[in-house]
Amino acid sequence: MAQRVVAEGLFDWPSDEPRLIGSKCQVCDLVAFPAYPNCPNCGSLDVAETRLSTRGTLWTWTRQRFQPKNPPYLGTEAAADFVGYGVGYIELPEARVEARLTGGVDEPLEIGQEMELTVVPFATDADGTEVLTYAFRPVENSAGKN
Amino acid sequence: MDDVAIIGVGRTPFGRFPGQTAIQLGAQAVRAALTDAGLEWKQIQFGFAGSFEVDNPDAVINFLGLTGIPITDVYNGCATAASALTQAANTIRLGEYDLGIAVGMDKHPTGAFASYSEEYGLPAWYGETGLFLTPKFFAMKIQRYMYDHGISPRTLAKVAAKNYRNGSISPLAFRRTPMSEEKILTSRMVNDPLTQYMFCSPDEGAAAVILCRASVAHRYTSKPIYLKASVVRTRKLGAFEVHSPWLPLQRADAPTVFASRAAYEMAGLGPDDVDVAQLQDTDAGAEVIHLAENGLCKDGEQERLYAEGATEIGGSIPVNTDGGLIANGEPIGASGLRQVYELTQQLRGTAGDRQVPGTPRVGYGQLYGAPGTAGVAILST
Repeated sequence: MAQRVVAEGLFDWPSDEPRLIGSKCQVCDLVAFPAYPNCPNCGSLDVAETRLSTRGTLWTWTRQRFQPKNPPYLGTEAAADFVGYGVGYIELPEARVEARLTGGVDEPLEIGQEMELTVVPFATDADGTEVLTYAFRPVENSAGKN
Repeated sequence: MDDVAIIGVGRTPFGRFPGQTAIQLGAQAVRAALTDAGLEWKQIQFGFAGSFEVDNPDAVINFLGLTGIPITDVYNGCATAASALTQAANTIRLGEYDLGIAVGMDKHPTGAFASYSEEYGLPAWYGETGLFLTPKFFAMKIQRYMYDHGISPRTLAKVAAKNYRNGSISPLAFRRTPMSEEKILTSRMVNDPLTQYMFCSPDEGAAAVILCRASVAHRYTSKPIYLKASVVRTRKLGAFEVHSPWLPLQRADAPTVFASRAAYEMAGLGPDDVDVAQLQDTDAGAEVIHLAENGLCKDGEQERLYAEGATEIGGSIPVNTDGGLIANGEPIGASGLRQVYELTQQLRGTAGDRQVPGTPRVGYGQLYGAPGTAGVAILST
């Protein structure tokens, strides 16, 4: 099946070990995500691309249980087929990153649990092309531990 | 600089009004404020008009009179009304005019607000992947707050139940039926931990506030209410704000905290002086958090305060006496002026069934919304 990434420059793809792409200010060292053309702290334009860590902990979470309006959401399933998805902020060593969470809407989630980066299809274009984005999933055998 | 007085307030009912445009609702609110002040439209010297849905809310003059006065349209997210009020007050403080109006109006489609993330300075993928949504932000902010400060889902239900109860005695509110905590807790989960009845709804309505130089207020009213402060602040890096694809590890205070501090300083008052408050309750969790962000309690105290009924109309710090956004809904341009309307009634002692007992002297209003903008107004007798 044909696939495309939702945005170029957001994460490494294709890749066996994809990482999120951020920017690091060369003046004040702030790491931002996604990659900014400027530093959102000091305003410097001297920023360089940087890769974020792929593992962290769940800092907060919710579940998106109603279907976002399309557009801008790319999901096109019928309202009755919408199952929802988790959303959270993952605390990585560099920054807290907002992400969709894999797994069913009834799967337990807990602040502090270990999470890792993955790449998932979340929508399908009219021509059948799957659209990929980054997401985080619970690290096996660690759910519930801080 | 001159002090500023509120001499007239008016609002429409909030809700759904098929066949009426937002601009017509705006004119209705202005006429109500003029009647309240005993003024005619031709006496108004300038205005600020706020709306999200209406491009040119100053077109309200088509229904009031084309008198040629300067009117500036403002939009500033959920703090739109705070911006209109602040600019109107500053115009008087600077001595440019003696008497003017702030009016806000809106008419939103049903359902959560939806727009394009690019219009908020964010990448397109943020909206395309289903992350550009305000309700899930509020859910994640209260989820973390509950974890950090020991707030229970029961307290969230108490917030909503109080606001529906207050809405039931507010003739102009949208939702006027009391609701039990059990029904709120067991209603459809929308964004965990927030259920359907813990959220406000975008709706329709308008409100207007007439301001004048304090030294001339007694020409118009025997009981002027003074606008001691009205300020707007935006987010700083590190604040946990709506529409944030990421956050730096170092957390900063919310814009409400800075708006609140600036307003207290400008008013020469502190949290202990506040007798009645109107806080942005986009959802039940937002009211809980905003109580602390505005200095009205410490983080975590809310669990006890709501259990004890402290935020009820007869409590030690009454919050959202007219039912807030949960009972009134949120016509963005009008929402903050609705707060000023309610606070003015409370300070005049004319709030009827909703009247805070004793003689409330200081009223406090706070707005917060996308993309991380807060407004605070402090009123006093």
